[in-house]
Amino acid sequence: MVKITYVEYTGQAHVVDVRQGATVMEGARDNGIPGIEADCGGGCSCATCHAYIDPSWVAKLPAKQPMEEDMLEFAYGADLSRSRLTCQIKVNGALEGLILHLPERQA
Amino acid sequence: MPGIVIIGAGQAGASLAAEARQLGYAGPITLIGDEPVAPYQRPPLSKAYLLGQAGLDRMALRATSFWGDHGIDLRVGRSVTAIDREVGRVWAGGESFRYEHLAIATGSSARQLPEAQGGLLQGVYTIRNIADVDAMAGEFRPNRKLLIIGGGYIGLEAAAVGAKLGLKVTLIEMAPRILQRVAAAETSSFFRELHLSNGVVIRENIALERLVGTGRVSGAVLSDGTELPVDFAIVGIGIMPRTRLAQEADLVIENGIRTDAHGRTSDQHIWAVGDCASFPHEGGRIRLESVGHAIHQGEVVARNILGMTQAYEAKPWFWSDQYDVKLQIAGLNAGYDRVLERKGEEGSRSIWYYRGDRLLAVDAINDARAYMVGKRILESRHTIAPHYVVDAATDVKTLISRAVPVSVGSTVG
Repeated sequence: MVKITYVEYTGQAHVVDVRQGATVMEGARDNGIPGIEADCGGGCSCATCHAYIDPSWVAKLPAKQPMEEDMLEFAYGADLSRSRLTCQIKVNGALEGLILHLPERQA
Repeated sequence: MPGIVIIGAGQAGASLAAEARQLGYAGPITLIGDEPVAPYQRPPLSKAYLLGQAGLDRMALRATSFWGDHGIDLRVGRSVTAIDREVGRVWAGGESFRYEHLAIATGSSARQLPEAQGGLLQGVYTIRNIADVDAMAGEFRPNRKLLIIGGGYIGLEAAAVGAKLGLKVTLIEMAPRILQRVAAAETSSFFRELHLSNGVVIRENIALERLVGTGRVSGAVLSDGTELPVDFAIVGIGIMPRTRLAQEADLVIENGIRTDAHGRTSDQHIWAVGDCASFPHEGGRIRLESVGHAIHQGEVVARNILGMTQAYEAKPWFWSDQYDVKLQIAGLNAGYDRVLERKGEEGSRSIWYYRGDRLLAVDAINDARAYMVGKRILESRHTIAPHYVVDAATDVKTLISRAVPVSVGSTVG
């Protein structure tokens, strides 16, 4: 299990354990954290699982694929320096302690 | 105390239940599903799940504990048999559930091949539920001959899975071209080429006469007299809204279960959401078969059950994954009279549908930027002059600032 902190737009933080191999989006879903919708279920098709990665973590994540980059460019409120689609980030041990902030809304 | 009862535990029913609780509804919520599993995502059934890349655990819409934690009484594996409007209750076998508000979210069912055409032979499948896909999983072995009947998205996605797993796939479509009902010739051509290059045999303008076999399918006779050997077949010839319960309860049916803009049926205590509902849209009435619609209409109807009066405005979007190609569709192309193709980078492209000057829809093929731009223009009720769209030298992003509002009173019927 990997500890991840999801911070809602309201400031409410949720520190939860997410299993390795799941995505960061699935970690939010499985722990009932509001703020990530993931309408397409993780297919990089809808841009409703957007989150802002804590600045200290941005460089430690695997790089974005072109499709994710393109979707993010138009996601609501995206900040390209630290926005990610959480369905595209696989959880592994290197993400222990990851902190991310959820946007006000997804679309 | 009777509360909200929801018939159907798919995306729409699950969304409605969660939203009602989220908004603070304090009464009982009962979510009744006829499948034996908790609500899950259906789109991967013809994609990653069929390919064996995603298990049911990854497809669940919510954690298992979510329903109980939120006081949602999830009853799976129960078929509702009747709605008693007089008393305000539904029957599921010998059990009954009282309601103050009933939401019908029964979805749709796959159209079956008639018995006279071999529809009851073993080895003939449709794709709608997880059980359908589990039943056919063992059939997907290299070099076996898979016949797919119907060149819509389900059939094409299944063909892609078959080809990827090394099967010999033939797909037949009775219309002159695959995707004819849902897309322009440009989109059909792209996907025809894609499948041909992956070894799928596509035969258009040809119908199935019948599947043949003794007990189990072993072949097919086509409308031109061709006979094909077949190890198993997938029938992808469309879906039908599940309206039987509503019909038997004498609710008004019009293509699907007829609702007003708030999602209310002809009975003020009964609502309908998702695939099974037909609702007002752009001066006409439509039914939508899509995840995005199911989720958002479910949310809107939850709000309306709680006394808000929010008209549902559909913002249709769809997607399909085949091989390494992602198709994303924004809008509804019904009634288009003109199609433009815009080339993107590295073989990506987008197809823009117009009626007159009004943009109706965009099919984006490996082109997420075009999809997102088209979606934004459509959702803000804008349109974009065609000459900007076809000019590949302009960044697609600039189309947003060049878009203009759709003139008032313009409708799409």
